[in-house]
Amino acid sequence: MSTATSDLDRAGQATSGSGAAPVRRGERHRGGVGARIFNGFSHIFLVVWAVMVIYPLLWVVMSALKDDSEVIREPLSLIPDKLHFENFGRAWTEGHLGSFFLNTLLVLAGSVTLTMLLGSMAAYALARFEFRGNRLIYYMFLSGLTLPIYLAAVPLFKGVYNTGVSFPLLGPNKHAMLILVYVAWSLSFTIFFMHSFFRTLPDSIAEAASVDGASHTRTFFSVMLPMARPGLISIGIFNVLGQWNQWYLPTLLMQSVAGEPKHQVIAQGLIELSVNQGYKSDWSGLFAGVTMAMLPVLIVYIVFQRQVQSGLTAGVGK
Amino acid sequence: MRHGVARFVTGFLALPVALYLFYVVWPFAQAAGYSLTDWGGYSDSQRFVGLDNYVRLFSDELIRKAFWHNVFFLVTVPLFTIALALFLAFLLNVGGREDRAGIRGVFGSALYKVIFFFPQVLSLVVIAVMWQQIYRTDGQGLINGLLIKIGLVDADNPIAFTADPEPFLGVPAVLWWLLLIAVWSGAGFYMVLFSAAMQSIPKDIYEAAILDGAGRFHTFFKVTLPLLRDSISVAWVYLGFIALDMYALVFVMTPSQGGPNHASEIFASVLNFTAFQKGQFGYACAMGVALAIFTILLAAVQLRITRRDRIEY
Repeated sequence: MSTATSDLDRAGQATSGSGAAPVRRGERHRGGVGARIFNGFSHIFLVVWAVMVIYPLLWVVMSALKDDSEVIREPLSLIPDKLHFENFGRAWTEGHLGSFFLNTLLVLAGSVTLTMLLGSMAAYALARFEFRGNRLIYYMFLSGLTLPIYLAAVPLFKGVYNTGVSFPLLGPNKHAMLILVYVAWSLSFTIFFMHSFFRTLPDSIAEAASVDGASHTRTFFSVMLPMARPGLISIGIFNVLGQWNQWYLPTLLMQSVAGEPKHQVIAQGLIELSVNQGYKSDWSGLFAGVTMAMLPVLIVYIVFQRQVQSGLTAGVGK
Repeated sequence: MRHGVARFVTGFLALPVALYLFYVVWPFAQAAGYSLTDWGGYSDSQRFVGLDNYVRLFSDELIRKAFWHNVFFLVTVPLFTIALALFLAFLLNVGGREDRAGIRGVFGSALYKVIFFFPQVLSLVVIAVMWQQIYRTDGQGLINGLLIKIGLVDADNPIAFTADPEPFLGVPAVLWWLLLIAVWSGAGFYMVLFSAAMQSIPKDIYEAAILDGAGRFHTFFKVTLPLLRDSISVAWVYLGFIALDMYALVFVMTPSQGGPNHASEIFASVLNFTAFQKGQFGYACAMGVALAIFTILLAAVQLRITRRDRIEY
């Protein structure tokens, strides 16, 4: 983790430096012309791929600003005749994007907080204390990384349904239930990641805290957790994105029971919106919905790009 | 120091373990149990049928189809994504300075990285819905619209994309179109990963290479690429998992979630179809267990193949 961050920091410095650096030793050695031709060649390919990434995204955003007749008449143009912001209003109310957002935020506020708290507590206990069953519990959590979620689908649905009979708040289509399910399914990777992180923290500080009379719990919350901050940020970003993007669990579990309206989250809602478009053909409304689901994440990413890149790549690297 | 350890550990582990057992382990265990029965899912009647469901898997035409489609993605998704990511990382890094300070990016490489990474932060569902519009089979789709405009495609006979079951190179065309989306969304992430790995290679190695008179291509292929082996094998394993999880794309983008005419079925779509449309939960659970065993075997094989002496620097 720490290496990945420093690599990216270095990458950032290197690029900002290479633009301004007056002396380019390596290139001077090998003659500038060949290098310049190669650089031009690189830029052509890089720009082509950048356009292939950006153009579809831009096309969606711009189509969201057209009215339906223009979407049909001029599907390819990137510049709308007039800015139709009412598409967003329609998607927000009639397309229920507003309630999707609210449900997603409610669920994520609970699930990400709980995942981080429970995940780092368990990882800490497993990483720094010797006790019988330690390995067993660790591997039990680890095994969750390889098992496909679809396998558990049927019994999971059944279990949630049965729980709902005795505890209505934890039944299908309930926010609290989805929070707990998200937490349970995110624990594997969170524990796996934080476990290796807590292992690298030095013993001496924890010992000092203990000599000063701090309890284990106190040591964890006031000393170890603050020291693990870089790891927490990485895994936090990973969990926010992962749970925001989750679509299978909500599609399975947030099904309407006994006629009450579904509490859909954003990914699940968008799927149904896009499937239903076939009947209502409100194309600009659909584009507006996709834009609204896409832009907040992209903006957050652009603002925190270095943390997000290092957070996600560190997740794979370890 | 030992004082209160047992109480502390129990206190810290009780809740996470309980949640995990209830929502993850218990469903998996039950699935394994149900796979030995003929349970339909809606009634309470279930009969123990032993390994019948598993035997049935081998003669099921749909499963065989889904299996080969999974294998197709398992090979092509990592292959194309890693190739493209390496190519982009090569352009991004080799074009730039490559001197005593190691590899550095071309001008604007930070900006390229930010852009290439975009698809990674978008949800698979947003990507799928977006590509559904790009792949529309009338003149309003982005690709068909463009091609009709420049006259490469006949307006009365546009590309059918994900509704096209005709084989291309022996594989239904719909799968190739889904593959394109997977590669589009994955390449940027792995490019950033490879770039970071390239830049963490210490400069002494490059100093030595430059002293020996190696040019930029030589340095890349003889020094950089071999040192990236670790990152590439990690990427291969992760992309393997992603390839098994193409379900979101199949779910959103193909007609009747696995169509047309079952041309894009994968394990997950057959499993969901069997469980929730055909109401054969027991049989669906057997598919799930088979998929889990397949995944674990695959992960083990991949780790085995890619394991090699680590190069420390």
